[in-house]
Amino acid sequence: MSTNTASSSSAAAGSADSSAPRRNSKRPKYSRFTQQELPACKPILTPKWVISAFLLVSVVFIPIGVASLFASRDVVEIVDRYETDCIPPPNRSDRNDKVKYIQSSGNKTCIRSLTVPKRMKHPIYVYYQLDNFYQNHRRYVKSRSDTQLKSNSSADDVSSCKPEDNADGRPIVPCGLIAWSLFNDTYNFSRNNQQLNVNKKHISWKSDRENKFGKDVYPTNFQNGTLKGGASLDPLIPLSEQEDLIVWMRTAALPTFRKLYGKIEVDLLENDTIQVILENNYNTYSFDGKKKLVLSTTSWLGGKNDFLGIAYLTVGGLCFVLALTFTVVYLVKPRRLGDPSYLSWNRNPGGR
Amino acid sequence: MTRGRIRAKLQRSHLYSFSCLHPSNTEAERPNSVQGSRIVHCNQPHLHQKKPLKYCSNFISTTKYNVVTFLPKAIFEQFRRVANLYFLLAAALSLTAISPFSAVSMIAPLAFVVGLSMAKEALEDSRRFVQDMKVNRRKTSVHKGNGLFGYRPWHKIRVGDVLKVEKDQFFPADLLLLSSNYEDGICYVETMNLDGETNLKVKRCLEATLPLEDDEAFKDFAGIIRCEDPNPSLYTFVGNLEYDRQAFSLDPGQILLRDSKLRNTAYVYGVVIFTGHDSKVMQNATESPSKRSTIEKKMDYIIYVLFTLLVVISLISSIGFAVKTKYQVPDWWYLKPQNTDSLFNPGKPALSGFYHLITALILYGYLIPISLYVSIEVVKVLQATFINQDIHMYDEETGNPAQARTSNLNEELGQVDTILSDKTGTLTCNQMDFLKCSIAGTAYGVRSSEVELAAAKQMAIEEEVDLSSFPMHRDNQQSSRKNVGRVSEIELETVISYSNGTGQKPVIKGFSFDDGRLMNGNWLKEHNTDVHLLFFRILAICQTAIPEPNQETASFTYEAESPDEGAFLVAAREFGFEFCKRTQSSVFIRERYPNSKQPVEREYKLLNLLEFTSKRKRMSVIVQDEEGQILLLCKGADSIIFDRLSKNGRMYEAATTKHLTEYGEAGLRTLALAYRKLEESEYATWNNEFQKAKTCIGADREAMLERVAETMERELILVGATAVEDKLQKGVPQCIDKLAQAGLKIWVLTGDKMETAINIGFACSLLRQGMKQICIITTNSDTLAKDGKEAVKENILNQLTNASQMIKLEKDPHAAFALIIDGKTLTHALEDDMKHQFLGLAVDCASVICCRVSPKQKAMVTRLVKEGTGKTTLAIGDGANDVGMIQEADIGVGISGVEGMQAVMASDFSIAQFRFLERLLVVHGHWCYKRIAQMVCYFFYKNIAFGLTLFYFEAFAAFSGQSVYDDWYMLLFNVLLTSLPVISLGVFEQDVSSEVCLQFPALYQQGPRNLFFDWYRILGWMGNGLYSSLIIFFLNIIIFYDQAFRAGGQTADMAAVGTTMFTCIIWAVNCQIALTMSHFTWIQHLLVWGSIVTWYLFLLLYGMISPLISGNAYKLLVEALGPAPIYWAATLLVTIACNLPYFVHISFQRCFNPMDHHVIQEIKYYKRDVEDQHMWTRESSKARHDTKIGFTARVEAKIRQLRGRLQKKHSSSVAS
Repeated sequence: MSTNTASSSSAAAGSADSSAPRRNSKRPKYSRFTQQELPACKPILTPKWVISAFLLVSVVFIPIGVASLFASRDVVEIVDRYETDCIPPPNRSDRNDKVKYIQSSGNKTCIRSLTVPKRMKHPIYVYYQLDNFYQNHRRYVKSRSDTQLKSNSSADDVSSCKPEDNADGRPIVPCGLIAWSLFNDTYNFSRNNQQLNVNKKHISWKSDRENKFGKDVYPTNFQNGTLKGGASLDPLIPLSEQEDLIVWMRTAALPTFRKLYGKIEVDLLENDTIQVILENNYNTYSFDGKKKLVLSTTSWLGGKNDFLGIAYLTVGGLCFVLALTFTVVYLVKPRRLGDPSYLSWNRNPGGR
Repeated sequence: MTRGRIRAKLQRSHLYSFSCLHPSNTEAERPNSVQGSRIVHCNQPHLHQKKPLKYCSNFISTTKYNVVTFLPKAIFEQFRRVANLYFLLAAALSLTAISPFSAVSMIAPLAFVVGLSMAKEALEDSRRFVQDMKVNRRKTSVHKGNGLFGYRPWHKIRVGDVLKVEKDQFFPADLLLLSSNYEDGICYVETMNLDGETNLKVKRCLEATLPLEDDEAFKDFAGIIRCEDPNPSLYTFVGNLEYDRQAFSLDPGQILLRDSKLRNTAYVYGVVIFTGHDSKVMQNATESPSKRSTIEKKMDYIIYVLFTLLVVISLISSIGFAVKTKYQVPDWWYLKPQNTDSLFNPGKPALSGFYHLITALILYGYLIPISLYVSIEVVKVLQATFINQDIHMYDEETGNPAQARTSNLNEELGQVDTILSDKTGTLTCNQMDFLKCSIAGTAYGVRSSEVELAAAKQMAIEEEVDLSSFPMHRDNQQSSRKNVGRVSEIELETVISYSNGTGQKPVIKGFSFDDGRLMNGNWLKEHNTDVHLLFFRILAICQTAIPEPNQETASFTYEAESPDEGAFLVAAREFGFEFCKRTQSSVFIRERYPNSKQPVEREYKLLNLLEFTSKRKRMSVIVQDEEGQILLLCKGADSIIFDRLSKNGRMYEAATTKHLTEYGEAGLRTLALAYRKLEESEYATWNNEFQKAKTCIGADREAMLERVAETMERELILVGATAVEDKLQKGVPQCIDKLAQAGLKIWVLTGDKMETAINIGFACSLLRQGMKQICIITTNSDTLAKDGKEAVKENILNQLTNASQMIKLEKDPHAAFALIIDGKTLTHALEDDMKHQFLGLAVDCASVICCRVSPKQKAMVTRLVKEGTGKTTLAIGDGANDVGMIQEADIGVGISGVEGMQAVMASDFSIAQFRFLERLLVVHGHWCYKRIAQMVCYFFYKNIAFGLTLFYFEAFAAFSGQSVYDDWYMLLFNVLLTSLPVISLGVFEQDVSSEVCLQFPALYQQGPRNLFFDWYRILGWMGNGLYSSLIIFFLNIIIFYDQAFRAGGQTADMAAVGTTMFTCIIWAVNCQIALTMSHFTWIQHLLVWGSIVTWYLFLLLYGMISPLISGNAYKLLVEALGPAPIYWAATLLVTIACNLPYFVHISFQRCFNPMDHHVIQEIKYYKRDVEDQHMWTRESSKARHDTKIGFTARVEAKIRQLRGRLQKKHSSSVAS
């Protein structure tokens, strides 16, 4: 509330001392910056610019699109969905049966055979794909302890691992729901009764192996709780070498995800038949999750992915069409740039 | 010191107070009936120390806070903002497990925002505090008992104290005048700070207290005042003084108000009645409201929209979550659903859902950008710095730069619709200059008024545009100056000689007259020497001023009641008729003739003085010269004088009338001078009657006196007329013209008399000849009392409806109307039942002038305009009387001139001169409006684009509240990665340069028409944000769906997908802002592209620190994403796809529907303004808003008039 009375004195005082000495102290200093006169480039969208921009985009995008489509076409992918087929027919009838079956302790070996549609160059990546599995659930994602995984000394740092933190009063290493629910189906491949070796080394990120999972951290007290989750770990192998765990611990973004299982380091020929001896252990039946085995080669772009190429082609094509449209439009109805007749006061005189 | 001198000069000073028109006080002392209950024990302040007589102290405080209340009050103020409250809640909840984020990332930004705003508040309040302290510590002389006076600071003054206030001091409280150094106890008071009037006012003490004339006398003084309670009415006072066992009634004439100033009086004694906040001026003070700009208010609505969106998607999320939790999660063994807490309990889905609602509200909080407030705050402060630093708004004379005192309203400057301006000190310098005169039908004075000069310049420009043969320079004025000579071609009947600045002669204050025919005694060579002589004598004698010798120049300066009287006396002095001495009964004039070296001192016996009142509009003196001739000398408004001319006095009437019209047209203030020779006997009979009237008692005394005076002031002989220029401030007419062309309406609200106000209206071209003036006045003040309020109101209402009707029926498209209304009428017009009619009429008029308005009325008018039209108002003023309106208006601008600091203290912006208003509005306002509008729109776009991706992801994550991005990305998004480009947009963006803004005032209309912040635009941006979010999320999700994302066979985990998505967002929003900008200095380049680089740098560095902190982002860029072509391919695709629609939109718009600034940008870009200057000047002159005020309009009207005349001539010649 600055009121009338605020300062009656400055009238008298102000006029007196506004004279010489103090005068220039308040003068703003001139600089191009303070006067907002810095040199600037002021690009404007001339038709030339607009059309060349569209053309440029289409020129860049269409080749990229074509290239990625080609790359995607080169990828050979075999997908085998097996979660139902690997359950004995009598148990398939409803979900409870399936769950009962998968939780039973019997032998759950299942044999699948795959046909190679096209020649596949090594390395051939073996993936398992789960469906309807929410690895990105907040409760799930949070349930891990990076400190515990990294070093031996903080084995009991399990506070973030609830509800899978302690078993029998002792901390679990590795703790948390993620580790606990480790995928435990196994695959053995053979071609013409000849064992195909699956290389499970270096399927995880190098940085994970070296820096996030300690070389001196061994699984202890793992899967000892009342409820067994997924796979067990060999307590003699340090976590840094438990690559399945390392891959699993990188939680997926979507409820449908693939994870690398291993690599087959030989080429597969067209029409080869591959026998898969499959241990169907993992319970996805409770939540109707699908399980798939995927064999895939990669291109420079990764796996089979037509979408990227199509998207590039679409955008590129669209830009080309736009370039054409704008060209036509400019030709049909040209507007001289800076034509003053387009100024508002010239367009509707009086009607302002 | 002055006391002795004046006393010596005058035995009795009743002349100064024109006591000849007043009854002596002894007769009419019947105590008033007092309604109030205030009792003041004079000279016994100790009685006022306890209840019930304890009144508030004289300590004033205008601060909002004090040390104790600052924290709670300021915090309360801060959290009254809905958004802040929401963030506070979010921050509080972030401490619990419900929050999806870490607590620091919620609390830190909030603390920053609130802290910043509070610091600003504290700074502003401390300034007020310092100001208050300065006032409170001022000292004044107080009676301390036993007839001794001593100095005491203002805040220690109590009710009942007797004060001695000296010359040129302010009164520290409302006082009852007891006595002064003048024997009849009068004093002069300047009330400029109260009502803006510059005339000195006379106050007179009671006869009874006259003996209290020195310090000693107060030893035993005691009395009791019973009076009204504190109230804000400046012009009323009711009370009684009980003194010496007698009661005397008091009226406003004895009250000295706080903040007015003692002038021309050595000292006065007074007793304190109202102190501190009880004083009238403080009662008048209105609480300064906190102002918010229109954009900010609208922003609130957008926030509500977004908040609704937030709540909706949170509800969707939490319902989804509850449903999932209830029906599906029990089957998800990997979540151990049997081992749960309440946040996640399939058994109690409703409860979990509720908790999740809170989580979701926090998670999607990115839709409501907390950083928006910080960014806006930062941007506005920087914008304000630019305003402060603008060298074109720095006034060399006073050394004051423009100052944005609150930065809240920068963008509001670009949306102003109506300007309400004070007159004195704002438009005018309050200095009168004698400029021209007409004597005996001959016009003298060759110097032209500022308006004429300005009009001439303008016409030169007009003409240039028409002829298009002259090269146009950047600076209009430069080129026009060259061409002033051409103006004579257009028959503007004025003599224009452009004298560059002050030129040859030393400047005499109040005298700008220049004509060799009169100066240096040359008038003796003219015809009618006797008329000239009379003219000069009327100037010198017909006045009420006091001469004061000036030691330096050995001449006299004059303490006049009004500045124009001063100007007359100075003029008379320069013509050789120096008024040098005044006694009670005589005026002495030193007359200098060129043929005799020594001046002759002549005495004129002052017989009667008929005072000037605004009703009479004239003043006369009756004097007897040394030859015994009795003369009545009269000066007054021309219409009044012309009515009273005798038959043989009309010799020069025609010529003088013509001159008067010219002067009026030129914006000069005119008075006609006349005289009458009286026979001794005739005078004696009249004087008898006059004395009788004077002594009679009763209500009709005034009327009687007037009637008697009237009988004398007739049969006059016209001598001539004077034209005084109420000196306008530099550049005022040009500025008004430009502002009018920019489409702004200008109202003048002044405390001055109607005549003065109208003159100024002419001077600054708000009025012009040929404009229809609608004067709304209360017709007869006498009937007011009898007929009561209703009749008066009815009368006003009639006037209003008639005027509206007249405007409606007007057919001429060029007709312009001006509304002139005075304060008394305004009181009625502002009442609820009439104010809409009044406003409707006022809006239809090209200019509105309100005169004699009190500060409170100024504020009320402002409020009426603001609320009635719903448009943005700007009030500009310089004095304390403008404080109310400055605070009431959407934007208050104070003139930091010489007249005290109150207006500046209350204002939002202060400038040193009115003319800077043009640049403040048209350049800075325009820029700031566009900047803030674009910035806010972009902000919402950016946060929607980002915030909604979080929501989409929820749908894929079982609505669990997991975010796909790392906490740090989210924190940095608003803080570092996207904030600086926005700030650069808000601070540096310029659609066109400042010169173009000034040349094309029409561009300003983009602000008031709100082209850049209407709902279409806002929703468009929101739609763009929605589109971007969809593109960003789904393209990425599909690209990274399930297959390997690189040649090494690895599939993308959440960190990889999230980081790619985030990269796309950073690229998309930064490219978007680059598309939005039209002005790139190195700063914009650095900040926009730097932000993108910063993101990669951050990713790199974040990937290098311990994996315990970075988690899954560890070495993400180097190892996983960097080498993957798909990462880069996705970025490129998404960025282009996101910006494509906007790009198409702006290309399309520019192609088919370019806005004004687009075309001007193009003209500038191709330098077509240099190639085709003709086109450029033509367009810039067309870009002006059609106006009916300003001298451009005036020139146009003149040209129309001339054309019309030509046509008539033409047709008549054809007919014959």
